[in-house]
Amino acid sequence: MDSFMSLMQGFSVVLVPGNFLYMLVGILLGVLIGVLPGLGAANGIAILLPLTFGMHPTSAIIMLSCIYWGALFGGAIASILFNIPGEPWSVATTFDGFPLAQKGRAGEALTASFTSSFIGALVAVILITFLAPIIASFALQFGPAEFFSVQLLTFCSFVGMGKESPFKTIASMMIGFALAAVGLDNVTGQLRMTFGFNELLNGFDFLVAVIGLFGIGEILLTMEEGLSFKGASARINPLVVLHTWKVLPRYWLTSLRGAAIGCWLGITPGGATPASFMSYGLAKRFSKNGDKFGTGELEGVVAPETAAHAAGTSALLPMLTLGIPGSPTAAVLLGGLLIWGLQPGPLLFVEQKDFVWGTIAAMYVGNVVGLAVVLTTVPLWASILRIPFSIIAPVIVAICAVGAFTVNNAMIDLFFMLGFGIIGYVFKKLNYPLAPFVLALVLGDKAESSFRQAMLGSGGSLSIFWSNWLVGGITALSMIMLFWPLISKVIGMVRRKGAHPVAAE
Amino acid sequence: MSLKIKALTLGVGTALALSMTAANAWEPTRTVTFVVPAGTGGGADQMAREIQGVAAKHNLLKQPMVVINESGGAGAQGFLDVKNSKGDANKIIITLSNLFTTPLATGVPFSWQDFTPVAMLELDEFVLWVNADTPYKTAKEYIDAVKSSPGKFKMGGTGSKQEDQIITAAIEQQTGAKFIYVPYKGGGTVNEQLVGKHIDSTVNNPIEAVANWRAGKVRPLCVFDSERMSYTAKITKDMSWHDIPTCKESGLDIEYLMLRGIFSSPDVKQDAVDYYVDLFKKVEATPDWKDFTEKAAFKQTFMTGDKFKQWVADAAKLHHDLMEKAGFLAKKK
Repeated sequence: MDSFMSLMQGFSVVLVPGNFLYMLVGILLGVLIGVLPGLGAANGIAILLPLTFGMHPTSAIIMLSCIYWGALFGGAIASILFNIPGEPWSVATTFDGFPLAQKGRAGEALTASFTSSFIGALVAVILITFLAPIIASFALQFGPAEFFSVQLLTFCSFVGMGKESPFKTIASMMIGFALAAVGLDNVTGQLRMTFGFNELLNGFDFLVAVIGLFGIGEILLTMEEGLSFKGASARINPLVVLHTWKVLPRYWLTSLRGAAIGCWLGITPGGATPASFMSYGLAKRFSKNGDKFGTGELEGVVAPETAAHAAGTSALLPMLTLGIPGSPTAAVLLGGLLIWGLQPGPLLFVEQKDFVWGTIAAMYVGNVVGLAVVLTTVPLWASILRIPFSIIAPVIVAICAVGAFTVNNAMIDLFFMLGFGIIGYVFKKLNYPLAPFVLALVLGDKAESSFRQAMLGSGGSLSIFWSNWLVGGITALSMIMLFWPLISKVIGMVRRKGAHPVAAE
Repeated sequence: MSLKIKALTLGVGTALALSMTAANAWEPTRTVTFVVPAGTGGGADQMAREIQGVAAKHNLLKQPMVVINESGGAGAQGFLDVKNSKGDANKIIITLSNLFTTPLATGVPFSWQDFTPVAMLELDEFVLWVNADTPYKTAKEYIDAVKSSPGKFKMGGTGSKQEDQIITAAIEQQTGAKFIYVPYKGGGTVNEQLVGKHIDSTVNNPIEAVANWRAGKVRPLCVFDSERMSYTAKITKDMSWHDIPTCKESGLDIEYLMLRGIFSSPDVKQDAVDYYVDLFKKVEATPDWKDFTEKAAFKQTFMTGDKFKQWVADAAKLHHDLMEKAGFLAKKK
């Protein structure tokens, strides 16, 4: 009840006209940042941070956190319409979102994505409101071994379920791992596989790769297939939102699972990107329509979006309660606290009640406002697909290029982007799956770092991955996921055999 | 009539002369690019954005200033970028110790001599921290414990072969203690890992650890400086930064401070350097900056010109020696 009263007070802080205006500005900017690939919420917020210098801390965090919500919503837009993930966590959204758009169902996909995002955020923020202190300390349980086990779980829940041959999946994933290893090795401080080229110092950034693989690759494919969007014939129905809402409750289990995964990975700084992949992987495995995933299933949009937004939201919890950033964006916001003259850390909840509860209340209001804003623009976004390809394609290429450049402010990334575009095209043509490649690239070096940090600590003994209930549990879960096809077969056999004896008893 | 013309020419002449003097004093000719050779949210990034914010709030700059993060290859990306912008006075870079450590450890070709030194803003302190639940109250007690079980205690730090590991190596060389050094991506993570007891100690900067110190989660043992920090305001119930003993007092004679300095592109003229020095003087005079330095417990040491150059040269030599002793230098091909 105490939290409830504090929350009400938080609402009274947020719902003054000035703060409400900041909120709206934040959401709109955020959606824009989300739509443009490469810019990213963390960069966007970092750029605007100095502008908030003279503002009241509460107003400042309301505006900046709303940019974050906006970006979380907006990331899905370009993924669904053009197969270009605006943000890393929207990569999994392209898997089914883009096929839906090609079928002329972009409106439905966008509605499903926005609504699921909202539900994910809502679950996370309710969790924050009522269980903040209890859950926060959970984040501290995570050392290198635990991080690695989570990354392993992400891989395992995603591997071995594609339609493509397992060899192609493995090949694709290995190329991803190899590229992820280029650049500075954080554990030894040495450069790897740069072959003396200083341009390769940065390695291959994941975002540059996805912009190329998906965005440019898709343009190349479209050019070959006749210079027009498949989704162009879509009728734009203003009531699409309501129609989609009627269908969505069917996927409640997927939503719930996505929200749970998201909250968990957000709090234990695993991040929104692994959360979206894991949620998609699990949904595909356990859904009745799992086989159809990748061809344009609404459920395949619901799963990653719920998880991503839940993770993005709950990542702010360790920031508020412990002063630990759960995501790059939270890290920038944390720096912001300092600039506004607040001291982040465990005492923030005690010393700055107004600020903390104002922020939490802003999460509720910001997400409601955000949902309203993006939903009203669904027909608008969907109608972009009606613009002739010859006009929109150069625009997309330009946006991709700007995005790829912004990631590291490095010119070389533009060439990498084009290179990845060709790889993406070739992969599609040869029927190699892109998802394992991308997953390996995004998580490869993180998983490697965690693994080696864990090995340093344990003196090289693998037993550290079973050393306590937490890490042991997650590792065991990963193994179950990895061998699930086998396990489900065995269970099936045992059931059939077992049916007899049970009847006899 | 002719008098009028004379007066007019005189007027024009004075105006010309005036504008000449104005032109002599260099000012940024376009947007000032402020390079941070580290990721968003870290210490250098926070400082750069604070400067940007202060400059904007108090209208200290006529041109806009943008902060960009070029963190690739332990900051090598940012340094190479500035190195390659020869003569571009509209570009400045804020340094961490990676100005020295990155070229030494990786062999990427740049050195502090490539850049035009502008000013030292502050020095960042390093403090030896342990988890507050451990029994160690002094650096000596802790080091003795590490010595008695070699290879069991984990020191966490930012990056590999950078400042945190250099300090760790220096402790090892001096005391004979043996740590397992575990490198993480950033100082915030390192501190969190200490609170979660995944590592036994850190050499975090004050700003990275202060929040958890106030909350009673971590305990400072000593500061790696020749004198105690000057801040006497209480941070916890009974301690201020000044109450932390120096490591030397505890028998651990190690001194290490990190440069938070500003450099510009190679071959930048003196008038541009003067302009920036003046700008940073103005920034440091604001109450916002005072507040910021106190929160971060920086050692306030503004330094310019030859004095600054000498400091950097000494620091470069110190890093070379320390890293050579620890075996961190890149192998010459």
